[in-house]
Formats: sequence, structure tokens, C-alpha cells
Amino acid sequence: MNFERIREKLNILADAAKYDVSCSSSGSKRTNKNKGLGDSSGMGICHSYTEDGRCISLLKILLTNHCIFDCAYCVSRKSNDIKRAGFKIQEVVDLTINFYRRNYIEGLFLSSGIFSSPDYTMERLIAVAKKLRLEENFNGYIHLKSIPGCNDELMQEAGLYADRLSINIEIPTVSGLKLLAPEKEHKDFIRPMETVKNNIAIYKSEKKILRNTPVYAPAGQSTQMIVGATGESDKDIMYSAVHYYSTYKMKRVYYSGYVPVLQDSRLPALGTEVPMLRENRLYQTDWLLRFYGFDVRELLNKDHPNLDIDIDPKLSWALRNLHHFPVDVNKADKRMLARIPGLGMKSVYKILNARKYRKLNWEHLKAIGIAMNRAKYFMVCESKDWERRDLEPQRIKSMILQSSQSKYQKMYNQQLQLF
Amino acid sequence: MTRLVYDETFEGLLTALFQVYDERLQQVAIVPVSAFQPDFFAEDIKVFTDASKADRVWQGLKPFSHLQQLIYRSYLREASGAENKILEAVRYVLKTKNEKDYGHPAVLQLADWTKEVGREKHRMEAFVRFKRAKDNTYLAVIEPDFNVLPLIAKHFKNRYADQVFMIYDLKRDYGIYYDLKKVDFVNLEAVNLKNLNAITHEEEIFYDQMWQDYFKSTGIKSRINKKLHLRHVPRRYWKYLNEKNPH
Repeated sequence: MNFERIREKLNILADAAKYDVSCSSSGSKRTNKNKGLGDSSGMGICHSYTEDGRCISLLKILLTNHCIFDCAYCVSRKSNDIKRAGFKIQEVVDLTINFYRRNYIEGLFLSSGIFSSPDYTMERLIAVAKKLRLEENFNGYIHLKSIPGCNDELMQEAGLYADRLSINIEIPTVSGLKLLAPEKEHKDFIRPMETVKNNIAIYKSEKKILRNTPVYAPAGQSTQMIVGATGESDKDIMYSAVHYYSTYKMKRVYYSGYVPVLQDSRLPALGTEVPMLRENRLYQTDWLLRFYGFDVRELLNKDHPNLDIDIDPKLSWALRNLHHFPVDVNKADKRMLARIPGLGMKSVYKILNARKYRKLNWEHLKAIGIAMNRAKYFMVCESKDWERRDLEPQRIKSMILQSSQSKYQKMYNQQLQLF
Repeated sequence: MTRLVYDETFEGLLTALFQVYDERLQQVAIVPVSAFQPDFFAEDIKVFTDASKADRVWQGLKPFSHLQQLIYRSYLREASGAENKILEAVRYVLKTKNEKDYGHPAVLQLADWTKEVGREKHRMEAFVRFKRAKDNTYLAVIEPDFNVLPLIAKHFKNRYADQVFMIYDLKRDYGIYYDLKKVDFVNLEAVNLKNLNAITHEEEIFYDQMWQDYFKSTGIKSRINKKLHLRHVPRRYWKYLNEKNPH
């Protein structure tokens, strides 16, 4: 093997793949078979973390960064003058196996620029996964990208070897897509999602009848949206996210703050700060929807199209709905406990468990580890002390902000100055 | 005050618990032999580790499988005074049957230790870095905060079913060795890093280099966040992570 050449390719093709934020390696039930290599039945493992703090669990590379498209937001677009490279199928297989054997990674995340045609590209991606599974008896995690516009049979084959399939919608609004990726059509993205969703359902129901039905994409499918490239509102983003969660049964929707890499009049200028805080607020909202029982219309609506930057979305909701509070932690149901600002689901379960044995007071709650600086305004417990003043939402907010120190403080002060 | 001095094995600890109940000892402390210091006012009894007694205790705790896990992991935590917290928790749970009452200080303490050990176990599953030796054995050296080798053996055996590997805990001077059939505990004399480097395969340097390259090129410069990075990969683990030791 020519290591120097492979090194060079790896540098180019890992660099081009890094803007895909999905790193999940969990959710599959693939166990080690016939004393082969690998097992992805457990929880995901982050083997390392980049210096920007994101987890590294998969070997995330492009098969090639040659691309026939010219999407404005993408580093690999046709008109961009960068070094191009392409892996051979066997090279990706060898690299994956060798990294995996050394416990560097949980598996492979393979994406690609689109060369000659979507179908041809998708065939090559599938060939890598197929080789890993059938020839190398590899049971690690494989995440394949679905190529927009590829045909349904290929998507069906892909799911037989991959644990997860994903296609990045990238631009949350149809008009944004027209502006930035005029050659791509919205339906090219939707079609593979639809196929994957249907196949998952078909294989699952067949498995109930025939036990040896192969699994199809056991870790489901995901998608990603770029945030802050087209001036979309948080409401636009989250409403589309909810659409993908419900219509296509997505396991995850990822939000990726736009990193300006190209000079283009349609996009934020180079050197514009990456909207990391906004990204964080969107993820918080995503969690509230998936795990805390919130409806997206409660958090974002006509009167409130954007999330607050300086406080988290749950606190923001609570301040707008003070009539639900204070909540009695010794009596309230799970749903209401989950709505108290400063309480995570772990604390909620701890409270539900602990209050079986005794009534909880502030000391107990502190020991459980809830964020008292926020929570104390919204609850009562087995104690004569509680917030008795009838405080205005604005006043509560400023008291909370004064008592807390956010690592983002500098950032939102700057961002606020813009308005 | 009675002090039961045990040999620091898990069976020894269980035997000591057996003795506490068997002899109905009230004022009692369980002391590891390495921390043992003669005390004029205490009556010291040496615990003779007995597999059948240990097993009886373990069977007796079966209805409290959660407590069993707390005990085993707290033992692996190697905290000073852990034995007595374990005894305290066992007494409380056997009396009240509330094995999940974190309101009780000993149960809470065991739960915290268990969480720490679980975290360390997960870290080691992530941070082990194998090097291929000339004879195709995959070798890794670790120095975990707690004694987690017994906990991670199964994970690695399932994952690397077709590769001979050894993971060696330098701090505690023992390792696990998988020979394609089963995992054994091994003791090696004079394991040192130089020694290991001498027997590594020539190709190893390339994969090492490529992993370092990959680590570098997958990071995004405009998002750099060293503080977050450090929180996930604390400095004390860097020693054996090749991506944190560039040539």
C-alpha cells in the first residue's frame, strides 16, 4: 500500500467531510457474528474529541470530493478551486478495518461528492459497505449518505448493509434551496427519505413473520440542516424539523451552524462568526420536543418566531406561561415536573423515585442536583420557604441572569448589539 | 471495636461480610491488609478468604441485584473506607429492603462510586489504543483511575472476536489477554513502554500517523473550544492516546 498517497487523500477527504455533524454510533443491534470483527449492539462510543469539542466516533470521509453540482454552501462545489481526490473502494475498506482493529473508531461514515450520476455514486458507496459486511465480516457501525436523486432499488440495497442512512436537507426552506442549490430539487431529497422510511416499515413487519428477514438500516435515518445561511427563522427550522421527525420517522435531525468557507454574495461573508449559541438553543428545543413532551407550537409561534438567545427555551416558555407555576414537586405529575426550568429528565426521575420514601425539601432537591438558581422561582416543596413575591417575568429573568454566569455571555451581548 | 483484616480480593470482602453476620459483630470495621496498622484498642481478626462463604453472601444478596452491582463496582473504585460503607449499605438494605433509597448516606455514596466506575469503564472502552505487534497480537497499555479491567473484558472480547489482544493496566500491574477463545488475567514481568515499542509491527507507524492526520483534519478551526475538548478528554488520559502525542 502506498501510505503517503493514502495519507494525502485522507487529509483532503476527511477535511471535506467534517461539516457533517452527525456522529452517532448507537441505536443499532448488530452483534458479532461467526467470530468476525466488530460489534455495534451496545451504546455509542466517542473514541476521541476534536479540539472544537465534537466527538469522533466514526471515520468520517468522502469517497471523493469531485462533484458535478455547484451548491453555494458546500466546500466541494464544482466552481471552488480546491485539491480533489478520490478513494478506491478497497482503500476505504482497509482504512476502516485497520482503524477499527486499533480501537480508534466505532465504524465508518461514508459520504461523497456526486460524480457522473447520482446512481453511479450511490452504487460505489454501497460497494464499500457490501465489501465490509460480506468479505470482511465487519459488524461495526456503517453510516451511509443517500445521494439525492438516486433510484429506489439502490436505496433498498443500501439499507441491507448500512446501520444508518441519512440525507441532508441542508436548507430548511424550499426558497432557500432554490437560491443556493438551483440544480437540486426538493423532491430529490424527499424521495430517498420516503423509500428508506417505507423499507424500514416493510422489513420490520416481515421480520415479525419470518425471523430470518435481514435487518434494514437498524439505526434508522437522520438528516441535517444548515443554520444561519439563508436568513431563516428558528420557527422555520424547527417546524421543518418536526415535519421530518413525524413524516419520515427520523431518528435525529441535526443542526449545523453555517461555517463561512466561501465568498458568495448569497451567503454570510467570510469571517462571520459561526452561530454556535443559536445552534445550541435549537438543540435544546429539539430535546424539549423529543423528551420533555413539549409541542413545537408552545415554543415557537407567530408571536414568538425566534428563540431567546440569552435564556434557554424552557425558561423562556415558563416566563411566558407563569400561570402554570409554582409546581409542587411532591405532587405534580411527570409531565409538569419536566416543565420546570432547571430540571432535566434525570432529576425528574430521581424526584419521582425519592418522593416515594419521604417528602422532599430544598436540601433533598439540592442533593439531587437540580439547577436551583432557575428552578426556585417555579416550584414549592416540603418547606415554608418559597418565592412568595408576585414577580413579573422580566424581573425573574433579570434575577436569574444576574445569578448565573454563562460562558456565552460575551457572545450574546455582542449579538444583541446588532439590533 | 473489632477489625476484620482481609486480603483485598472481592471474595475476601464477601467473606468478611459473612463473618460480620455469622459472629453477630456490632462494633466492627473491615480493613484492607495494605492499610492495616496495629491499634492497641482494637481486636484484630484475620479473614481467611473462603469461596463458599463468599458465594453464600452473594446468593443472599440476589434479591437485591442493584445493590450487588453497587457493591462490586464500589469495591473496584478502591476508595479508602469503601468496605465500611459497603457494610453499612448492606445492613440498611437488608433491614429495610429499600435498595434504591438514595436518601440514605451509605447507599448514596455507593451509588456515586458506582457512577464514577461506570464512567471510567466507558472511558477505557473509548481510550484503549491498540498497537499491532510483529506476531499480530494487538497490545494496549492503560492506567485507569479505578480498577476497571474486569468490567471491560467482555466488551473487547465481543468486539475483537477474531483478534488476539492484550490490555495491560500498568498501575495495578496486571492485564487481560484474549487468545481467540477466552479472556485470561495475566501478570507480566517488566512491562515497559520501550519493550512494547520494540515488538510493534513496522506498519504501525503509518496507521498511527494516519490517525493523527485524521484527528487534525476532522476538526473545525473556526469553532475551536479547548475547554470543551479538555472536559471530554482530560489531560491525565493523554499519555496513551496517540492523537494527543503527535510525533
